[in-house]
Amino acid sequence: MSAGPRVTRRRFLETAGQVGGALVIGCYLPQHRLAAAQREAAFAPNVWLRVASDGTVTVTVDKSELGQGTQTALAMIVADELEADWSKVRVGPMPEDPAAWSRVVSRAVQTGGSTGVYTSYGILRKAGAAARAMLTAAAAAQWSVDPASCRAERGVVIHSPSRRRLGYGALVDRAAALPVPSDPPLKDPKDFRFIGSRVRRLDAPAKVDGSAAFGSDVTLPGMLVASVERCPAVGGTLARHDGDRARTMPGVRHIVAMAGLPWKGSGGAVGVGRAAGVAVVADSYWQAAKAREALHVEWNADASASLDSEAIRAELLRRSAGPAATARAEGDAPAALAAAGRRVDAEYETPFLYHAPMEPMNCTADVRADACEVWAPTQYPTRAQQVAAEMTGLPIEKVRVHTTYAGGAFGRRIDSDFVAEAVELSKVTGAPVKVIWSREDDVRHDFYRPVTYNRLSAALDVSGRLVAWSHRIVGTPLDVKLAPLQNGLDESLLTGARDLPYAIPNILVDEVAVELPIPVGFLRSVGLTHNVFVVESFFDEIAAAAGTDPFELRRSLLAARPRHLRTLELAAERAGWGAPLPAGRGRGIALCEWGPTTCAEVAEVSVAANGDARVQRVVCAVDCGQAVNLMGLEAQIQGAILYGLAAALYGEITFRRGQVVQSNFGDYRTLRLREAPVVEVHVVPSADRQGGIGEPPVGPIAPAVCNAIFAATGRRIRRLPIVPART
Amino acid sequence: MNAITLTVNRRRTTVTVAPDTPLLWVLRESLGLTGTKYGCGIGLCGSCTVLMDGEAVRSCSLPIADAAGHRVTTIEGLSRDRSHPVQRAWIEEDVPQCGYCQPGQIMAAVALLAKRPHPTDAEIDAEMTNLCTCGTYQRIRAAIHRAAGGGVR
Repeated sequence: MSAGPRVTRRRFLETAGQVGGALVIGCYLPQHRLAAAQREAAFAPNVWLRVASDGTVTVTVDKSELGQGTQTALAMIVADELEADWSKVRVGPMPEDPAAWSRVVSRAVQTGGSTGVYTSYGILRKAGAAARAMLTAAAAAQWSVDPASCRAERGVVIHSPSRRRLGYGALVDRAAALPVPSDPPLKDPKDFRFIGSRVRRLDAPAKVDGSAAFGSDVTLPGMLVASVERCPAVGGTLARHDGDRARTMPGVRHIVAMAGLPWKGSGGAVGVGRAAGVAVVADSYWQAAKAREALHVEWNADASASLDSEAIRAELLRRSAGPAATARAEGDAPAALAAAGRRVDAEYETPFLYHAPMEPMNCTADVRADACEVWAPTQYPTRAQQVAAEMTGLPIEKVRVHTTYAGGAFGRRIDSDFVAEAVELSKVTGAPVKVIWSREDDVRHDFYRPVTYNRLSAALDVSGRLVAWSHRIVGTPLDVKLAPLQNGLDESLLTGARDLPYAIPNILVDEVAVELPIPVGFLRSVGLTHNVFVVESFFDEIAAAAGTDPFELRRSLLAARPRHLRTLELAAERAGWGAPLPAGRGRGIALCEWGPTTCAEVAEVSVAANGDARVQRVVCAVDCGQAVNLMGLEAQIQGAILYGLAAALYGEITFRRGQVVQSNFGDYRTLRLREAPVVEVHVVPSADRQGGIGEPPVGPIAPAVCNAIFAATGRRIRRLPIVPART
Repeated sequence: MNAITLTVNRRRTTVTVAPDTPLLWVLRESLGLTGTKYGCGIGLCGSCTVLMDGEAVRSCSLPIADAAGHRVTTIEGLSRDRSHPVQRAWIEEDVPQCGYCQPGQIMAAVALLAKRPHPTDAEIDAEMTNLCTCGTYQRIRAAIHRAAGGGVR
């Protein structure tokens, strides 16, 4: 490993009127990894925690709070090593100048990929431990005793022989003057007070009294509110517009035409892609929305007029017979399939999906001649800052980003299209502007989860052993958001397929990337959302063909993958796999991995005489290494499973003449409380490598449910959603 | 623009807005009560749920003219210090994830418990129709039982 994070501190001078000082602990990168501009300010922006003279501990978080609870988990990590009094722990604001914020893993302030907790774990433990060591040394100095005779416990330092005690707040002045230990001793995990326990979220109080400020709640003096009529057809341009009538309506201040921007970026420039539109900027949202209805707009939309869901399906099918890029090849799968005693062949399809966060996209910007401020519920403050700088022409350090709570994100808020809109409108109008999307805007102008068509084949030898597996994924590529594809392979389309964990001697996984103009994006668990459905359903088909129990067949091929195996076994055991079920009920099992995390689920489904399936119970087992907050982990798993279940049952975006057909929750269904199964969560006690938890459980639910439906009825579902609107 | 008088969180309030303005946007923009959220605009998701004369209503689809003279309670008016039993139960059960839909969920639960102080699971299923795409339903159910005094079931 390269040089780890070094710990440093700077004296934090209190503003006049406050009493006493504060201890501030930060971490910074080794000098050679810092850009020149950052080097000069290396101490300033990297502050991880601050202990104030009243004993309050404020933890700086650089992960957005989207509902996933990461901020509470990060605070727990610091508090544990610091031996903090949890009632005095707060989380501070996100860094407002992301460009100046540096990290060990990545210099970007970005929240995604289920990385928030485990990539912060080491550095935050170290920061907490350093502060604890300094506070302990400060107390020892004050008492003129050996630091080894002192211990820190719940916000106080105790001199064991004399039982003298000093609170952290009283020690900050002295502690801040001490050298920072470069390698402070970390706790033995058996002494963890918070890590691995159940702790309630720090943001829950503000979320039950209405005070939590989401992006859409931002209000500024003189602020205007915009509603944007966007071209309904993909890639269309504005032909002409007439805002005369809208302009005369109450509260309307500006009508602004906005050009579309391409969604395929380059050089890592995620997400300013947006449809062409006409914005109505008014004193209030309702005035803007009403006046928007009075706009007359004509679009040039012919280019995408042939873009239709059935045509897209036909195109994927046609391209499946053409050349493919190889993603994984072991042995000789084509030869083994040709020589097979028995073959299993199947085709699987998955639709475009909408992210469906409860808070539609929004952003507020205040662009001045010499500075710009942005308030955004964003997963990617670094990119939001860059976009604002690019659009205003201001130097990056003149842009401040205030990351608000986000009302759900699920990958949608990695993109910065809503930031680009707000910044442009504030710049043009000369006033602070909040852009609020309607639900219809949000459904129709998403970056959709890619559509896929899959062709799979498996070979069984004479003894029924699985000897070959081939999987061709034909789908709309996602990584073109960032840069053109390398070797024709879209990595995002492969997750959950290329990493098939089973021991099969001949494996071929290949891919045909079919680029379409439809904007696509990262959706919670990305490739797992389609690939785990496909491979774990097909695996069940193989088990049925071989006459083997699907759990036992998986188990027999996981001898070399102990982490997968123990996760699978725990789920099966807790679900009572193999125990008899009443008629009309079935169990299905499925497994996936996400980084080092392994996740297995068993769904129990009842199918009524009319064919309606109801998921009664889901048992989930995970191995994510050392878990931090079991209460948050359980919530993440329950949520991920319901998110995946909603998509499996109902999720489908379709296109007609280049336009999204669905518009709101009426025709894009999601789960209601009465449809939500009980989800039981079991964590494998594990000291293996840590991994994320927010995404992996999304993957197995669709195949677990479909496999359960098969077990109950013999009906195999090869195309999602399970309950299609099409009939 | 009309002057319309209603009672919001026990205070008589007069607003001057277009009479078709939904109660939601009056609460959020005219009165600064941003705890009530916009989710779908057509009364489907329930993020905008408030109480009107004690009944749960979807404020995104209720013109302000129809609220004139009525008593409206929003999440901000439930208690001063999160002490309402439903708020306490929500914290105890650690219900919120993103939190955006929770003010509406809480107001819907308050209305349910006013009608049925000890609801069964079937009654919760029937009455709690607000959407949550984070998937907090299991804990919402547990919190309603807790608020009803039934522990966690």
